[in-house]
Amino acid sequence: MLVRAHLSIFLQQVLNGLVLGSVYGLVALGYTMVYGILGLINFAHGEVVMVGALCALSAMTALQGSGLPGFAVVLLALLLAVLACMALGLAIERIAYRPLRRAPRLAPLITAIGISILLQNLAMILWGRQYHSFPPLLPVHTLHFGGASISTVQLAIILVSGALMAGLLLLVHLSSLGRAMRATAENPQVAGLMGVNVDRIIAVTFAIGSGLAAVAGVLVSANYSVAHYYMGFLLGLKAFTAAVLGGIGNLAGAMVGGVLLGLIESIGAGYLGDLTDGFLGSNYQDVFAFLVLIIVLVLRPRGLLGERVAERA
Amino acid sequence: MALLEAFELSKFFGGLTALDAVSLAVEAGEIFGLIGPNGAGKTTLFNCLTGLYVPSRGKVLVRGENLTGSKPHQLVAAGVARTFQNIRLFGNMSVLENVMVGCHQRSRAGALGAVLRDRATRSEEAAIRARAESLLDYVGVTGRASAAAGSLAYGDQRRLEIARALATGPALLALDEPAAGMNATETLALRGLMERIRADGVTILLIEHDVKLVMGLCDRVAVLDYGRKIAEGVPGLVQRDPLVIEAYLGGAPA
Amino acid sequence: MSLPEALRRRPWVGWVLCAVALALLPFLVEAGLGRTWVRILDFALLYLMLALGLNIVVGFAGLLDLGYIAFYAVGAYLWALLASPQFDLHLPFWLLLPLGALVAGVFGLLLGAPTLRLRGDYLAIVTLGFGEIIRIFLNNLGAPINITNGPQGIAGIDPLRLGDWSFGRTQHLLGVALPATHLHYYGFLVLALGTMFVCIRLQDSRIGRAWAAIREDEVAAQASGINTRNVKLLAFSLGASFGGVAGGLFASLQGFVSPESFSLLESVSVLCMVVLGGMGHVAGVVLGALMLSILPEALRHVAGPLQQKLFGQVLVDPESLRLLLFGLSLVLVMLVRPEGLWPSPLRRPEKQSDEATAAD
Repeated sequence: MLVRAHLSIFLQQVLNGLVLGSVYGLVALGYTMVYGILGLINFAHGEVVMVGALCALSAMTALQGSGLPGFAVVLLALLLAVLACMALGLAIERIAYRPLRRAPRLAPLITAIGISILLQNLAMILWGRQYHSFPPLLPVHTLHFGGASISTVQLAIILVSGALMAGLLLLVHLSSLGRAMRATAENPQVAGLMGVNVDRIIAVTFAIGSGLAAVAGVLVSANYSVAHYYMGFLLGLKAFTAAVLGGIGNLAGAMVGGVLLGLIESIGAGYLGDLTDGFLGSNYQDVFAFLVLIIVLVLRPRGLLGERVAERA
Repeated sequence: MALLEAFELSKFFGGLTALDAVSLAVEAGEIFGLIGPNGAGKTTLFNCLTGLYVPSRGKVLVRGENLTGSKPHQLVAAGVARTFQNIRLFGNMSVLENVMVGCHQRSRAGALGAVLRDRATRSEEAAIRARAESLLDYVGVTGRASAAAGSLAYGDQRRLEIARALATGPALLALDEPAAGMNATETLALRGLMERIRADGVTILLIEHDVKLVMGLCDRVAVLDYGRKIAEGVPGLVQRDPLVIEAYLGGAPA
Repeated sequence: MSLPEALRRRPWVGWVLCAVALALLPFLVEAGLGRTWVRILDFALLYLMLALGLNIVVGFAGLLDLGYIAFYAVGAYLWALLASPQFDLHLPFWLLLPLGALVAGVFGLLLGAPTLRLRGDYLAIVTLGFGEIIRIFLNNLGAPINITNGPQGIAGIDPLRLGDWSFGRTQHLLGVALPATHLHYYGFLVLALGTMFVCIRLQDSRIGRAWAAIREDEVAAQASGINTRNVKLLAFSLGASFGGVAGGLFASLQGFVSPESFSLLESVSVLCMVVLGGMGHVAGVVLGALMLSILPEALRHVAGPLQQKLFGQVLVDPESLRLLLFGLSLVLVMLVRPEGLWPSPLRRPEKQSDEATAAD
């Protein structure tokens, strides 16, 4: 009996971890793609997620009374958020990164931090400090099995993330655009000589990454039913950790790292209290991501599936 | 006993063998040349010998002492200094400071001394400065001591890098293509400088593409091809070695 | 004889004038703007010390540290725990100040040691994570064993005290009444000047050159015989200990600490001061720190009433306006003047030759 109870708690934590991890993975893709091509950390990426969530929220609220079916409203809002974030991603690349491509490494990082603060505070001015709840447009069911439960929203998060991930892998490995992206990642100069429009490829990379970030923002807000101007910071940081964990620059690694980090957090936080005799509780959940990050970078800087980064960084 | 010895050094990068069991011994007082076609593994060997790479197999010995896997600064302490093929100066520091950095290993002052500027620190600092100034004269970079190192002319940057390496007080100076990008006059001056350094008791290990320079200057040369040593000996003999001719003609279709 | 000429003849006159101006400053500020502004000056001096400490790590050694505020937190909490009713300990400041430097320095080593191999942006992210970890612990160590009091923070912290002289209340010296804000100003001024002195001396030394070499090219620095591990650790721990001292002073000035004061944003603000002023240039960093700690306060005092007047209401709260400008200035400075507002001129080791050209 007790074992069954333990097992179902464990199963529940695995499910929660998978949901959390899919979102991390989706955001991590954005970090990893940009790093693969430009070799820099797009520090502002987390804020793009936040903007995506808040844009979708505003769109939903505006469309709610339009008489459209809930499903259409959600899709339309998602589309708008993706477009807005793509435009934002392009603008960030253009303003904060492109002029600094030859500058010392710290320069683009500092502009990225600047953009990040800027976006956060613009969002706070536009949307206010309060937590916004997502309007309940779609019916939510909860599925039970093995003593654990998962909502349809959570299921959708896992499925949508998985589908986007598969789509991205197909795009990168099978299309000519993907080939150009890989060539640019390998060596921008040579790719340029071979007729690849490097500026365009970099812009496309930012657009795709930002589009995925928008989807992730909507998914994570749907999961917790809230959006907030500050939600991007921690999420971005954790997604970055996921990207490093999987091996930055490696697309499959980002997803693997995301899921793994989600599991570590959810299981770790669940059992932390038992392990430390109640001294440390689940409020230390956020520490895990940072500890994992530090441990991975120190012990295996290339991540689980990736190339070596310590030398390049 | 050889001053610097590579014993069956190998270095693998993933599946690629950049160095394949290369052995060589540089004797004190000589100028030892290392030649070979592009990609033959010369710089890899250099990096293994100076602590930048940890060799995958084999040993690095300095005066018989096993220093395999030592850090670059430990090899500097043992008397092995180097320059880089693509000049690596501290571009935003002054010319003089670049050389003063080279004195780091052979001086002591710590943070407390820096703040208090006691007598010992002051005299050490003065000695460092004097030594750096005289080394700049020695390599022939004059009148630009306070300029940013990055603003020097190309040939001067090469010489400054040599001065910085000499400031560490080496027994062996490893030069990675010092004549690259120099014109004939500059190369001639560089050759004079290397002969003077040797005459002053510093052994030289030289990677160079300019075959004429190597053949005229070196006491002995070793030839690398595809990560293996294919010949070693006095320049006149090596030059006529069929394997060497093959490597150069086969490796460089020109 | 005109004033500039007098200054050239007797350089000490300039120093004396500066000293007098600095000594009178709190009284002038109080008379002109009110006592709040003297307190703002106190905080500006604290930020100055923090920025100079961070400048050792970022500016001198080129190691981007985004978790620097953690050391400030360590210093502040150390003071708060050892000189407050929390554990009913009341250690004297002459013990607390060096202890704060020491403990923060050890934390600096703890952060530095595992991150030695990392460069650039990776180091930035790891240090950021470290800063957040410290903050999360401060936030949560209120239970089950109450150490930090959690998010409520620790109150009733002892003020600075020199013997019977408490900086916490008005003292009289030679018939002049010195309120607490003024006393702190003088105390912090002495320490800030000391910090500047130490930084300038460090920069122009064997250690300073080794830091600069690592900043410029780490591989070449190793090949020039520098033990980069030790030299980097020294930068981390020295920078951290400056932060620890400033943190302790912060706790004593405020009388209260809580985790809220040590967010990532604070780290970024201090970094802004360093970057905006001119990384690696002590005078530039001083300028950056003073600008960014005083201008936003001015903005806070002006922006609210101004909006009230123009629009009849406060549209944008001054705090987010301040942050907005922070973000904007980071981006603009990097795009337009990546080396900062007052960057380091190439230091010139031979002063003789400079004087020789000046005499021509």
